[in-house]
Parts: sequence; C-alpha cells; structure tokens
Amino acid sequence: MRSRDLGFRLAVGTFALLLVLIVAAIGFELVRQSWLSIDRFGLGFWRTSLWDPVGGQFGALPFIWGTLYSSIAALLLAAPVALGIAVFLSELSPHWLRGPLTFLTELLAAIPSIVYGLWGIFVLVPAVRSLEASMPEGLRQLPIFSGPPLGVGMLSAALILAVMVVPFTSAVAREVLKTVPLAQREAAYALGATRFEAIRAALFYARTGIVGAVMLGFGRALGETMAVTMVIGNNPQVSASLFAPQYTMAAVIANEFTEATDALYLSALVEIGLVLFIITLLVNGLSRGLIWMMARRSPARAV
Amino acid sequence: MMQMMTRFAWVPLCAVLLAACGGGSSTPAGQPADQAGEAGQINGAGATFPYPIYSKWFSEYNKTHPTVRINYQSIGSGGGIRQVSSQTVFFGATDGPMTDEQLAGAPGRILHFPTVLGAVVPVYNVPGISGDLHFSGAVLADIILGRITKWNDPALVKLNPSAKLPASDITVVHRSDGSGTTFIFVDYLSKVSPAFKQQVGVSTSVMWPVGVGGKGNEGVAGLVSQTPGSIGYVELIYALQNKIAFGAVQNAAGEFVKASTDAVTKAAAEAAANMPADFRVSITNAAGAGAYPISSFTWILLYENPTDKAKATTMVDFMTWALTGGQTFATELGYAALPANVVERELAALKTIAVQ
Repeated sequence: MRSRDLGFRLAVGTFALLLVLIVAAIGFELVRQSWLSIDRFGLGFWRTSLWDPVGGQFGALPFIWGTLYSSIAALLLAAPVALGIAVFLSELSPHWLRGPLTFLTELLAAIPSIVYGLWGIFVLVPAVRSLEASMPEGLRQLPIFSGPPLGVGMLSAALILAVMVVPFTSAVAREVLKTVPLAQREAAYALGATRFEAIRAALFYARTGIVGAVMLGFGRALGETMAVTMVIGNNPQVSASLFAPQYTMAAVIANEFTEATDALYLSALVEIGLVLFIITLLVNGLSRGLIWMMARRSPARAV
Repeated sequence: MMQMMTRFAWVPLCAVLLAACGGGSSTPAGQPADQAGEAGQINGAGATFPYPIYSKWFSEYNKTHPTVRINYQSIGSGGGIRQVSSQTVFFGATDGPMTDEQLAGAPGRILHFPTVLGAVVPVYNVPGISGDLHFSGAVLADIILGRITKWNDPALVKLNPSAKLPASDITVVHRSDGSGTTFIFVDYLSKVSPAFKQQVGVSTSVMWPVGVGGKGNEGVAGLVSQTPGSIGYVELIYALQNKIAFGAVQNAAGEFVKASTDAVTKAAAEAAANMPADFRVSITNAAGAGAYPISSFTWILLYENPTDKAKATTMVDFMTWALTGGQTFATELGYAALPANVVERELAALKTIAVQ
C-alpha cells in the first residue's frame, strides 16, 4: 500500500510539474520566435504605435491599449451584473427559479465566440450605431464619445466582451457566496440586520473569492479573439473614444498571422503574443497578490 | 482481479493505436504506390481564395484517378509559401507571387503556375444611389487615402454626372485580415496612384490611413451594407454569389468596365503578351479594350526538381488536366478561366519539371 501511495504522489506531482514546464516552454518558444523583432525594436516595441507591414515598422502600443481598454470597460460593465446575478441566485431567488436561471447563465458560456461575433455584426453593431447617432451633440464633444457613429468600435467590443464574461464571473461568485457559513448570516439577522445588510455582510465575508471571480473574467476578456475581431473595427490607433475603431493583441494575431510571409513581420506578430502572455501573467499575479493581501488583513477566510 | 482487468484493458487500445498508425502511413492494400507512377497522397497548402475550385478539381481528378488523393489545407498564402519553402507540403498556393527574396530562401527552385483568375470589386452603400457608380483608379485611391471625404466631391460628381450624390461623409471599409484580396486591390491602387504607392504600398496587410476593418469578405460586405456612406472592396465571386451591387472601374484604355469573368479573362489575355517566363506577373491595370483593371492570377507553387518523383509525375498530370479540362469548372464557380495563350505557355513550363 505504501508503494502505491508513493506512486500516486509521483504521478500527480509529475502532472503538476508538467504544467509548469508547459508554461515555461511557451514562454521560451515565444521569446525564441520573436527574437528578430525583439532585437530590432527593443523596448520601443511596447511604446511605438506605428504598425506598417509594408515598411517593416512594428509597434505594439495600439494593441496593448485596445486590449486593456476593451477588457477593463467590459469588466466595469460585467462585474455589477454578474454580482447581481450571483446574489440573486444564491440569496434571493425563489427555489423553483434557481435551476432554470443558473442553466441559462451557464448556457451563455457555452455559445461559441464566432456566434457571438456574428450576433455582434448583425444585431449589436447596428443597435450601437443608432445609440451613437442619437447621442446629444453636447456629449459628443467629450473625448470619450468623439468620432463618427460607425457602430463598430470600442463600445461594441466592450459590450460583447461583457456578455461573454458575465457567466464566468457570476458562476464563480455564486459558488463563493455558497461557501459563506450559515452562522454568518444568522448572526447578522440576530443582530437585527435587514436582508440587504445581511447580504452585504455575506459579500464582505466572501470578498476575496469575489475579486478572484472578477479577475477570472478579466483574464478571459484579455484573450478573447474572434468576437472582438468582428466588432472592434480593427484600426490600430490609441484613442480614448468609445466610438473609435481600435484593435486588440489577440485580434491582430488572428487577422494577420496566416498571410504574414516576411520574417520580421512574423516575428513581430509572435512578439505581440509574447506581450499578451506577459500581460496575462502580470494580471494574474496582481489578482493573486490582491487576494493574498485581502485574506491576510482579515482573520475570516472565504475560500 | 481488478489489476488483471485494468492490465488487459490496455491490449485492445494498443491494437487500435497500432492499426491507426500503420494505416495512415501505408497505401491501401493491393495498390502499390509507384505503380503507373501514381503517388497515393499529395499534400498542399496555401491561399483560401482558390480553395473552392481546388477542392472541386481534386475531387473530380480523384474520380478518374481513384488512387490519387490530393489534400489541400487553405491556411492562407503566407502559410502556403512558408510550408512549401520548408518542404512540409508538396505544393503551395498563393494569391500574390513570391518575392525574389522568398524564392532565394527556398531549398530548391520554385515555379509559379497560374491556375485561375480572380478580381476585386468596389462595393458601396450610398443613400439614394441605386445604379452603378463609376470610379477611376485615381479617385478610388484618393478615397482610400482619405483625401476625398465626401460623396459629392467634385471628382466623384464628374465621373457620375447623372447620379444624385449626397453630401455625406465617406466611411472606408477594408479587410482587417491579411488577404490576397487586399493584395490585388492595393497593387492596383499603387499602379494608378503614386501617392498611394508611396504612403501605403503593396502587401497582404497594409497600414490603412483611414477607415475600419472587417474580417473576411463577409465582414467587409456586412459593414458596408449596414453603414450608410461607406465604401469597401470584396472578391468578385463573393459579390456575385451574394448579389451585392458593385461599381464600374475605369481601365487603362479609359473605358468604365464592370467586373465579369469575361472582363477578367480579357485582362489576363492582354497581359500574357509580355508575361515573364516565370509567370510572376501582376495584371492589374491591364491595357486593352474590355479588360477589368483589378484582376489577378492565383498561383500553385511547385519545385522544379522535386525529390519524390512519383508525386511529381502525378502532380504534373493533375496540373495538365486542371489547366485544360479543369478550366471548364471555373465559370460555374465564379472564377475567370485562363486565356488560351497562357495555358499554352504553362503546359510547356510543366514539361520542365523533373519527373525522372
């Protein structure tokens, strides 16, 4: 029996190590394949915004900007909705409604992103265009709403990402809320708390897990490719406007990789992948750090 | 007992795996690979634009040559050039000819063979305009460059005196994905406008001065149909199949020509007169009456001296058929067939491939 125990340990240990090796191998390969571009452009790659495949000049700034902008905007839109769904499902929903609602939110996660993209082109973009066109002239002067009402652009991308992120964030947040001990709620009610106050206490108790749920959604938004490509307008520019067509890192790789023949061009595209990899690692690291800090500050632990 | 069962459970699995591996690499039983010089499976990769006709050709050819299976992956021209250069596939396919630099980088001499023709058409959505608009190359280039920004610009009004062009803004829609369609379009614009050549240049992806990008023909067509005041470009086949109205473009002879498979074949026939021996030629802005100016060949890439002679024999036989009998499938699928003088020269070039 002892030897089996050891075998089991070795086996699962190998699997865990394998994962680390895969991540390291991806990082290594990305650096190796993008070496030509790293060597040529150096750190300027992160700072310059010219992307000219004909002239052989490549800078990733518009793509980094577009990726972060669309993901953060999507997060701001999705997080309140997702939390609302999670609270309703775990605290307020009548029992008979809980099953169907859970099923429907999880169904959103199962829709392929190309389907979201097509829905985006034919339904969301025209709706966004009429919204943009009906915006009062006074507001149009603001940098965030400037530009012609094209429909495709940052706003459509953020909206479609928000819809795609909601099921993930709400599913995890719901699970986290489930872990709040009954005693916690009962204590709140015993102290004369209203329902709202009791829920607020439960949310506070589960806050580290909820931050984790939101960051999971953020990670998904960063890497989402197809649906965003179809509605963001694919114009590499750094613009504060929600109406402006912009570009993301995942989208430019998907768009240009197949037809890239020039070695430097290809290498620059791989370096975009490397930048995305690094940013994803940073975001995950930051969220880990955030959770760790929050968990340390309070004696009560949620997850 | 449990242990015994788990151990034996592996046996059928292994057998299946072994069979699968063995089956993949050998030819079907009773049909030796090199008999009659026919190789079982030939792999190719490249352009997406000719994929419909290539798959039609491969399946038709397979009917008369049951032992030959040609497998084509439409991964894009860039991927096709890369894979044929690294010899991971037997042949490549591309919408834009390989550059001298790319040819020099390949391990052997690569030959270009035009297979069919395609064209790119301007599509637009101008409120109040139902008929065909006329464009000249220079005006089209200025629109794409963002120099002409209104539909009622004097240059457009001059070309379309009878159309009631509105005073609305022009939104340019281009392809966001790297594409042979873009290559043909910007190749044409670079020929007719020095400013365009200098500012944008020719490639499958370029730095667009203005506008929004849609993914694929469907993305561009979708954006144009939804955005009042927009102009974009799609493949002729796509416009024909989806019944999208498109404009006429002024050719080098000064005529306004609406794209059709005939007008495209005419452009190729004109260009064939001074075609280089390696067939790497751009036929945009072709001279001659009735020639549609935004036309192009699409090419299959073959090594002049391939290592696998059995496959080479089969491929030459297939190409000979594709360039002659196979051309009849072109028009029904929306492609323009090669002009006879080009086919003649290609058949001669096919004979230079070393099959012995």
